[in-house]
Amino acid sequence: MTTIARRALPGFRLGLGYTLIWVGLLVVVPLIGCLLKASSLSFDDFLKAAWNARARAAYGFTFGSSLAAAAVNVVIGLLVAWVLVRYEFPGKRLVDSLVDLPFALPTAVAGLVYSQLYVANGWLGQFLVPLGIKAAYSRLAVVLVLVFVGFPFVVRTLQPVLESFDAETEDAAALLGASRGQTFRRVIMPGLLPALITGFALSFARAIGEYGSVVFVSGNMPFRTEIAPVLIVARLEEFAYKEATAIATVLLAMSLSMLVVVNFLEHWSKRHDG
Amino acid sequence: MSRRPQTPFRSLLLVLLAACGCDSANKTGGPSPAAQTESQKPLEVELLNVSYDPTRELWRDINQRFQEEYAAQEQTNVTVKQSHGGSGSQARAVIDGLEADVVTLALYTDTDAIRKAGLIEEGWQNRLPFNSLPYFSTIVFVVRKGNPKGIKDWPDLVREGIEIVTPSPKTSGNGKLSFLAAWGSVVSRGGSPDDALEFVKQLYRHTPVLDSAARGATTTFAQKGIGDVHLTWENESRLEVEEAKGELEVVYPPVSIRAEPYVAVVDANAKRKGVEKVAEDYLRFVYTPVAQEIIARHGYRPINDTIRRGHEEEFPEIELFSVNDVAEGSWDGAYEKFFAAGAVFDQIYQPTGE
Repeated sequence: MTTIARRALPGFRLGLGYTLIWVGLLVVVPLIGCLLKASSLSFDDFLKAAWNARARAAYGFTFGSSLAAAAVNVVIGLLVAWVLVRYEFPGKRLVDSLVDLPFALPTAVAGLVYSQLYVANGWLGQFLVPLGIKAAYSRLAVVLVLVFVGFPFVVRTLQPVLESFDAETEDAAALLGASRGQTFRRVIMPGLLPALITGFALSFARAIGEYGSVVFVSGNMPFRTEIAPVLIVARLEEFAYKEATAIATVLLAMSLSMLVVVNFLEHWSKRHDG
Repeated sequence: MSRRPQTPFRSLLLVLLAACGCDSANKTGGPSPAAQTESQKPLEVELLNVSYDPTRELWRDINQRFQEEYAAQEQTNVTVKQSHGGSGSQARAVIDGLEADVVTLALYTDTDAIRKAGLIEEGWQNRLPFNSLPYFSTIVFVVRKGNPKGIKDWPDLVREGIEIVTPSPKTSGNGKLSFLAAWGSVVSRGGSPDDALEFVKQLYRHTPVLDSAARGATTTFAQKGIGDVHLTWENESRLEVEEAKGELEVVYPPVSIRAEPYVAVVDANAKRKGVEKVAEDYLRFVYTPVAQEIIARHGYRPINDTIRRGHEEEFPEIELFSVNDVAEGSWDGAYEKFFAAGAVFDQIYQPTGE
């Protein structure tokens, strides 16, 4: 008993108590409320509200575009994090703080700005649209804003991990005859993988719930560019609370299972680390 | 500066004072000495008016005028707070507990949803003049400068190569009215419901973007340059054209819908706060010539005929049909038939073969 180290913060019970209360109030109670509301529908009505052809198309699009955006973010985010950690250049601090901008900017602003840039008479659109690249009111547009809102999650998860890497380890690998590619794959990647997966998961989860920016760039065409949150708003607009929560419940269940899978992957990659 | 929340007792006292306050000016005997000393100081009352999006400036002007007149006539200082947002979400906010004393929403269904929730008493429409409708408006076309595509009437909208901008009827009040206007343009001219269905199908096939709300649609059309014609409220069309500085113009179709933004006292809230009388006086004030002038100035059609005729040039006479004329006899019927899940609007987008 005397071997228990003294901790900086007060005891385990108090700490756990607070944690449970806050997690309960902020996360669990609202979720239960949502489930209860949805469960007041009969099973048939639930299916009719949350699993019709149009809703299924919306889920597909929501998850597809979120996955695509998260995948893009992992690549770009790794690149940016790498540059910010490993190199010194003028204006680095500024670039570093710009990364956080999507956190702070109301996403509706992002949506408005993006769609204005990429429409046929916009700054970028006037060059892209003649080339056949429609980056406003299309599926591409949605992926684009989702990349924007999810991007800082990847960078900020990778940065501390990259900082903790020792450049000498890479030098050692090089001295032992490893090529650049080998060093990256065998030395850097294994340590980075858990953080990459976390970054991916965060960016993905953020994208699924995104509403504000997407409605401005998607055009909200049913069966094509309509995301599931738009359907929820549409049902609320009819004062159909139960049906709206039914859709929310499906979205929730899907996100939750995705996150469980991602967590499992992360765990697995840590165990197989070096 | 009574910013503190009022206790029930205090608000009860306020009502009593307000009630005798208007009498005591005429009577010489009158109320108890205590009440009299109170009544020399003007009373402070606060109202919350929950309204829809574009009416911010309209209500700001009406409120200011009401405040001045009410202070002079009733020795009561009324501070009217305003809340604006999408009409449907504002109605939900009130149902969910936003303490509105009066609601001035865009669509009948939004006000009536608050009645269904038990916050407004039955028969609310009959409690104020003109069926509780102090002003009305309509849906008009905004087109690009010089009207290059020659859009003059509803059938023109579905000609080859025309693109229409209108928000989604599922999420926007403006979108619902535009849909019903299009439907009614066929039915009111003797078309069958099948003809109307065919027309709205065509119309939404010509709509490349379904913004979720009215303002988004305005940006899409005016700033991003998408589409040839934008369907919007008359009052908003003015602002849009003004801001575009000569790049856009309004076209009045020969027929359109009568948009009816009703007003109502939220009885449950007003009673609890003891401001029923002030709330009703406030809404009645909106019918006075002074307020009707303000309404006309902001581009809404005042219900007062004399004042509306005084602004003839701004409000061209076009044939207006009401929702009840074209859609199942009532807003509830229209909802059921057109906008409910799986109803007409959803069917338009149902991929063929499903």
